[in-house]
Amino acid sequence: MTEPIIQVRDLRREFVVRTPAGRLRRTRTVVAAVDGLSFDLAEGAAVGYIGANGAGKSTTIKMLTGILVPTAGTVRTCGLDPVRQRRELARQIGVVFGQRSQLWWDLPLAESFRALAAIHRLPEASWPVRRDELVDRLDLGEFLATPVRQLSLGQRIRGEIAAALLHSPRLLILDEPTIGLDVLSKERLRVFLAEQRALHGTTLLLTTHDMDDVQRLTDRVLVVDHGRLVYDGTLPGLTTQVGAERVMVVDLVEPVPDLGTVDGARRVAVESDGLRHRFAFTPERTTAGAILEAVGRRGQVRDLAIEEPDIEDVVRRLYLAQIRGDDPAAAP
Amino acid sequence: MGERLRPYRVLVGSRMRSQTTYRRSFVSDLLGSVAIGLMEFAEVYVVFANVDVLGDLDFAAAALVFALANVGFSMADLLVGHADNLPVYLREGTLDAFLLRPLPVLAQLITSDVSLRRLGRVAVSVVILAVALPLNDIEWTAAKVALIALTPLTATAVFAGLFVCAAAVQFWLVEGSEFTSAFTYGGAYASGYPASIFSLPMRLLFTFVVPAAFTAYLPVLVLLDLPGPPGTPHWLGWCAPLAAVAVWAVALLGWRAGLRHYTGTGS
Repeated sequence: MTEPIIQVRDLRREFVVRTPAGRLRRTRTVVAAVDGLSFDLAEGAAVGYIGANGAGKSTTIKMLTGILVPTAGTVRTCGLDPVRQRRELARQIGVVFGQRSQLWWDLPLAESFRALAAIHRLPEASWPVRRDELVDRLDLGEFLATPVRQLSLGQRIRGEIAAALLHSPRLLILDEPTIGLDVLSKERLRVFLAEQRALHGTTLLLTTHDMDDVQRLTDRVLVVDHGRLVYDGTLPGLTTQVGAERVMVVDLVEPVPDLGTVDGARRVAVESDGLRHRFAFTPERTTAGAILEAVGRRGQVRDLAIEEPDIEDVVRRLYLAQIRGDDPAAAP
Repeated sequence: MGERLRPYRVLVGSRMRSQTTYRRSFVSDLLGSVAIGLMEFAEVYVVFANVDVLGDLDFAAAALVFALANVGFSMADLLVGHADNLPVYLREGTLDAFLLRPLPVLAQLITSDVSLRRLGRVAVSVVILAVALPLNDIEWTAAKVALIALTPLTATAVFAGLFVCAAAVQFWLVEGSEFTSAFTYGGAYASGYPASIFSLPMRLLFTFVVPAAFTAYLPVLVLLDLPGPPGTPHWLGWCAPLAAVAVWAVALLGWRAGLRHYTGTGS
């Protein structure tokens, strides 16, 4: 427990981008995908690693898992050097890339599990027990004999996650696991991951675009932007810091075209001729309860929902706040 | 040892099962492979229907060269030929999946497939070998028996090593499989003919750069006690194992450098 399961220091990864310039010449530009990243992850933690597309999330994961060599800085994963001790590390981690399959396309899951058990040299006596647990918890039984290429996206992702967990890794890294999944599939996956964590104490590192994933699965958030760490803390702390607005959606029994202003909240939209109203607010300025009370005085509320700020928005605000902080002249 | 190899046994086993699942398409692939082997041999046959001797070899000797080279090549193609899928693996992220498993990447690449349909060509080559051997007038000695037993194995090793070399180059070329095929398949084609028919530069290329001549032609010169072209010492016919070792040394170094280039230290 004393040694962090992931330790990253001044991590940097450059890529050389060659673009044609003229008929034969090409210009060579060095782009830093990850630029001076440092953080620790304690064993048993559940961390959301978020950022916009191209922020350097996947590059970081590739360096953590030994697929990419850092240009500078150090990485220790499970106390190992990921590149030099790649095979040893592979026994201790499970990795799922949501958009790239690690299963065999033409094999059914049952067969893939057998192959993976052999690859990880899992004891013949014990691995079927683990497989059965995963099959049961992820509900894979129905399509265990179907070749992977014939599975739906949701079924395949569940299969991928089972495959990554078969050897009971200490650390599970998920890169966009819920991308493209429907609400129900996302929900089932979250329930499963939370349960596995509670049961086995698996450390979880998750990249995602889905704020709900972060909220439901993680207790710490790392935000990366242009290869740099721009936030490290809790999710509520993040939304407070950037002043990201939550949106309250209020449905009324009878349409009221104009509810007037509500203190501390911003009216975003009136829909369905006044049946539905949207108010944006930040927790420091008002509460959902106060808005509800104000609205309730002017109309009868039938239903309400609160929409959390999305990641792109949070990251954009964080970025703008940074520009303002570092360089006042650049403030919009 | 058996336990160490279990992962590969299971992997190859699952590949075999998935190929033979669709029996009809497997059989047609197999027949296609037989047809390719026969066509290639027909080429040699047509040549010798017009000339009695080519490159100091008669038809029987040339058939022996062809058979030995083809047994080696088709076995290597069966076992390692899919290594030229590497560009696809790079593109689709399969190589990243290999890197996330606790096994050497090259071993995973080699066991990622086994093209059983290529057994068709192996069978054709073995039949031609069985027919060509008695047609030749060989003064059998114990050494020659050892040589004929060893040659298909070393030939397989040489061609398999060439496939790995070609795969390693793909790390840099990405879409260069046409280029490397010139050496693997080109070498295989060249090895099926008496090297003496080539001009000197070609002969040097297919002896010392791509050691195709070691896979069949040079051992056959020893078997038939033929002198070969000038500058071809007899003992070269015994050097096929050395050629195989050399090819594999280059292949493994190249592979390691290629993989490093891919993960980023080499670039």
